[in-house]
Amino acid sequence: MKKLQKADYIKMYSFMLKIRRFEERAAQLYGMGKIGGFCHLYIGQEAVVVGILMTIDKNDSVVTTYRDHGHMIARGLDPKRIMAELTGREDGYSAGKGGSMHMFSKENNFYGGHGIVGAQVPIGTGIAFTHKYNGEKNICRTYIGDGAMNNGQVFEAFNLAALWKLPVLYIIENNKYGMGTSVDRAAAGLDLYKRGEAFGIPGEKVDGMNVFSVIEAADKAGKYVREGNGPYIIEVQTYRYRGHSMSDPAKYRTKEELDNYKQTDPIEIVKAEILKKKIATNDEIEKINKDTLEEIKNAAEFATNSPFPKDSELYTDVYL
Amino acid sequence: MSTEILMPALSPTMTEGNLSKWLIKKGDTVKAGDLIAEIETDKATMEVEAVDEGVVLDLLFKEGEANIPVNKAIAIIGDPNEKVEVKKESPIEKVIEEKKIEKNIETKVENKKADIIDTPSPKIEEDRNLSSEEITMRQALRDTMAEEMRKDNKVFILGEEVAEYQGAYKVTQGLLQEFGKERVLDTPISEHGFTGLAVGAAFKGLRPILEFMTFNFSMQAIDQIINSAAKTLYMSGGQINCPIVFRGPNGAAAQVAAQHSQDFSSWYSQVPGLKVIAPSTPYNAKGLLRSAISDPNPVIFLENEILYGLKGLVNNDINFSIPIGKANIEKEGNDLTIVTYSIMLQKSKEAALRLKEEYNLDAEIIDLQTLRPLDTETILNSVKKTNRLITVEESWPFGSVGSEIANIVQRDAFDYLDSPVIKVNSADVPMPYALSLEKLYLPQVDDIINAAKKVSYIK
Repeated sequence: MKKLQKADYIKMYSFMLKIRRFEERAAQLYGMGKIGGFCHLYIGQEAVVVGILMTIDKNDSVVTTYRDHGHMIARGLDPKRIMAELTGREDGYSAGKGGSMHMFSKENNFYGGHGIVGAQVPIGTGIAFTHKYNGEKNICRTYIGDGAMNNGQVFEAFNLAALWKLPVLYIIENNKYGMGTSVDRAAAGLDLYKRGEAFGIPGEKVDGMNVFSVIEAADKAGKYVREGNGPYIIEVQTYRYRGHSMSDPAKYRTKEELDNYKQTDPIEIVKAEILKKKIATNDEIEKINKDTLEEIKNAAEFATNSPFPKDSELYTDVYL
Repeated sequence: MSTEILMPALSPTMTEGNLSKWLIKKGDTVKAGDLIAEIETDKATMEVEAVDEGVVLDLLFKEGEANIPVNKAIAIIGDPNEKVEVKKESPIEKVIEEKKIEKNIETKVENKKADIIDTPSPKIEEDRNLSSEEITMRQALRDTMAEEMRKDNKVFILGEEVAEYQGAYKVTQGLLQEFGKERVLDTPISEHGFTGLAVGAAFKGLRPILEFMTFNFSMQAIDQIINSAAKTLYMSGGQINCPIVFRGPNGAAAQVAAQHSQDFSSWYSQVPGLKVIAPSTPYNAKGLLRSAISDPNPVIFLENEILYGLKGLVNNDINFSIPIGKANIEKEGNDLTIVTYSIMLQKSKEAALRLKEEYNLDAEIIDLQTLRPLDTETILNSVKKTNRLITVEESWPFGSVGSEIANIVQRDAFDYLDSPVIKVNSADVPMPYALSLEKLYLPQVDDIINAAKKVSYIK
């Protein structure tokens, strides 16, 4: 694995912070009625997508679930346009027609944002199929929530990916709850990473609160997949601080459990590492904090001032 | 006593077979279970076993003879010391006649044949590039896929048994040999998974043709078809289109009962983002499939198993296409309009012949060809001329394509109607297995005639 450079640490910290601040602002806008419908926040899980990001090639493809805001930010997409999609405005990535759960950026190889649990798994497998069909060296990273790991089509996709040796990296984001049902109440057998074993797909479990562990696993798995060995599964153990969606008070878990995880906050871990390694000073970190807050504030302002889609847009984009 | 060996029905839709090879010769002793012949059916070449025992007294067909009807005697076995009295006293043909009456098996075969009357429509006759020979619907579909695969290597086909097996209904015959296993892919029986995979491949720029062995199995995958394929262009603000063709047989075959006989035309036609096509002849199958494969949107292409063997002339130009969204006036007429599609076109044509003969009614027949987008203009213009409308389709009656047409016509041509619109559909029950009930379930020529009489106020 390539040694992390000073700039990499700063990049990780900045991205994770940007996701956190973005989600907090989204929660605020939701509370103000500026964002409607469903809104699933990524707070607590930042190390997962940012860790993967550190090993990604820009021509690799990504597909994920409805908890996708953080994924888009990590893909380098503009927070202004992400937030504008959340507010349902014409500058949003889906021109206001997709909303929080259905965002895409084809030019950045970001294929959604899928609202149906498990549906993105065969789709990501098909995107990987295309990379192979076209003779490209790229891979498709397909994110799966723990809830989807009990969904039949996921196993159909695993079978096909292994059968046809497709370049797909499956990343299970195990945040312990599928909506309000804890993994142990939904899954018989808690080692989700082993669920590819019957198909011959290697898997491993990783601490998802620690970005460095994620990078190490993602690097190894990414190489395996890119070298044409077929799919690989990483199960990332993570935790969402907020409820399933904005309307979920998360009564199904204890405050102690949440506090415990906050002790290992993924952003604090990176920050401590930066200070320990003297990569940046406290003042420099403060500046990143301020700039990030400012950037997200601007994104919120942009998203609430962008016009609603024109009425005529109702009938466009049904057919090409 | 001698026994006849009859041409067996080796598939639900087989009406005749070809005698590829004899595995026995005159004078051989045959035991039950011995292989006696290789028979080529509409789907495959299969070996046939003897069920009776004796010495082969006669082989009634030569190797290579084709189109031998099901239940026709192909060989006689028996005791060589006994005179073959059957032949003398009761000619084979007569025995078959008796069998027909006894067992009523032939009715099924005859009905199927009667379903398919194919007189080319005026437009086909005008086509200057018409082929000199008739080909089957199956071959028309196959040829079109092959032509498009030659043009664009982003086009590939996947589905159950499409490659090694050469297609469950032989529609993909020879494609594996020509295009290789990278472009002709056998899938596991895993509709939800491989449909999602194909949709992902289409998002990423390939042009999959996905064969459902039958559309009944598309229900396993319907979430990917509707929530992913049909909606993503809209949800992505126009960024991600899905150029895919979902094709395969739809509706009833022959006695395959409730779970294998459903017509999905109105289900898929309800969904914005999908286009839905239902060809009725080799000619329009070719033109429409080409349009479907070239279309940048997801297309549901509803074939019909019974029509696979239908022969007709086609346009052999490799760029010939029929636009999606355009109905064909199959037959012009002034007294009433029959709007139909897929296999019911054949029954409607037969009904029209009888309506003219028996009631002097001159029916105009519109073959929709595309169900979504619907060619409302052609329907309305016809109704404005004839003032009477019946719709004929195989699907269940509730919320069928005919229901929508009835709605459109009462809304946009109310003043032109001289009688209420009548829909002819299948019965509002699951498809039964029994031959007699199956016939009752499906719209028959008499049902169409009765509806036509009703809108014409003929008792």
